Amino acid sequence: MTDAPKRTPLYDLHVALGGKMVDFAGWEMPVQYPMGIMGEHKQCREKAALFDVSHMGQVILRGDNVGEKLEAICPQAYATLKEGKARYGFFTNEDGGIMDDLIVSNAGDHYFVVVNAALRHQDIPHMKAHLDGVEVTEIFDRALVAVQGPAAENVVGDLCPAAREMKFMETIVADIDGVECRLSRLGYTGEDGYEISIPDADAERITKLFLAHEDCEPAGLGARDSLRLEAGLCLYGNDIDQSTSPIEASLAWAIQKRRKEEGGFPGADRIQKELAEGAAKKLVGIKPSGRAPARQHVEIQCAEGNTIGEITSGCFGPTVGGPVAMGYVAAPHGKVGEQVKLIIRGKAHDAEIVALPFVTQNYKR
Amino acid sequence: MTTYYSEDHEWITVEGDTATLGITKHAADQLGEVVFVEQQDSGEEFEKGGEIGVIESVKAASEIYAPLDGEITAVNEDLADNPSALNEDPEGAAWIYKIKLSDSAQLEDLMDLDGYKALIG
Repeated sequence: MTDAPKRTPLYDLHVALGGKMVDFAGWEMPVQYPMGIMGEHKQCREKAALFDVSHMGQVILRGDNVGEKLEAICPQAYATLKEGKARYGFFTNEDGGIMDDLIVSNAGDHYFVVVNAALRHQDIPHMKAHLDGVEVTEIFDRALVAVQGPAAENVVGDLCPAAREMKFMETIVADIDGVECRLSRLGYTGEDGYEISIPDADAERITKLFLAHEDCEPAGLGARDSLRLEAGLCLYGNDIDQSTSPIEASLAWAIQKRRKEEGGFPGADRIQKELAEGAAKKLVGIKPSGRAPARQHVEIQCAEGNTIGEITSGCFGPTVGGPVAMGYVAAPHGKVGEQVKLIIRGKAHDAEIVALPFVTQNYKR
Repeated sequence: MTTYYSEDHEWITVEGDTATLGITKHAADQLGEVVFVEQQDSGEEFEKGGEIGVIESVKAASEIYAPLDGEITAVNEDLADNPSALNEDPEGAAWIYKIKLSDSAQLEDLMDLDGYKALIG
């Protein structure tokens, strides 16, 4: 074993395209290209941007009743997830905290799961230990590419007409230039788009075909972060972790009604109690009124000057045209419109609790 | 008029006992797109190595350190409304402070252009 950063099948292409490579969760990934984070962010909101997300864990689950078995470790209704559909979810621990967030797809003869890069080493043993009779296979020979933005349908559809027929949160296997790929109509930018699983050997060639489209440009982790934050989407490790419950994280929408009522998942006691009575703190959108970005760990105070929470993610939002942030505040202070103070480098800056997302999501429902 | 450079990638152009201070083009390129500049007020005194401001790019905040002792005599107010000027013209229009030097001898600790070019390779 070495600690040398790992590379995705698209590493050489990133370098050739001028990508500025950084270590991310043990992977050498492009943080930005010569266009810059602002330009890449705008590209994704207005046309289409391509992200390499091959560092994320792709997992195949095979066996009988996989969906039902997943319900023992996730609060989502995966037993009733229809074939060809994908659903956002998370593993919870016995304390009701979030172990990781993930996307589960019912691919017919198997389930396809995508987990975070930094947590694949936790998630694979977790699934192996708890999914009795299910064969858990991590895929190491396929890239994962996200094409995101209003032009994504044209970029992907020109090479794969079947992609045009897909709706949000649907998954199919289809041919792209002679290669069998898995396409899922989803992503983590707030825009319409696809995540496409491609065999390693063909990954660079097919990625270049997408990039050959006049509306598609490569984008890095920097833009991915500002896009997901504007879209009000949580980043594991920043906004959610082992200690935060889905209710605190305002993720109750991701737990289906039956599961909320029935329970039967790790931490159900706490989660059902918080559903009924509310959680002590909640994740909210925060809009600083000035220009100073409020970064992670910035203290949040109420108007009277008492500490009520802290920022978990914050940056300049290129589409918003100003700073945007998310953070936890004590529940009584979590109402939209509440005026708060952010303590940035010792100075108090005015801010307001706002509804998430900061930008309208453009999914193809 | 002579220009000096610090290891923290600031430049100062000196005329008599007053000077103009900014960050180098190299530093601006490394920071990426600047979205906010936090400046101190005119009249503030500082010591060499002290923090005299913060530059925020989309992703991260970076401190500006005083390359020598002095006092701020003027602040470039334009940067508040137009922080991206720091990417466009960091060694010209996007100067950050005018300062009064406390000890001109400290200039000897700074680099000339050739020295700075050698530093950044």
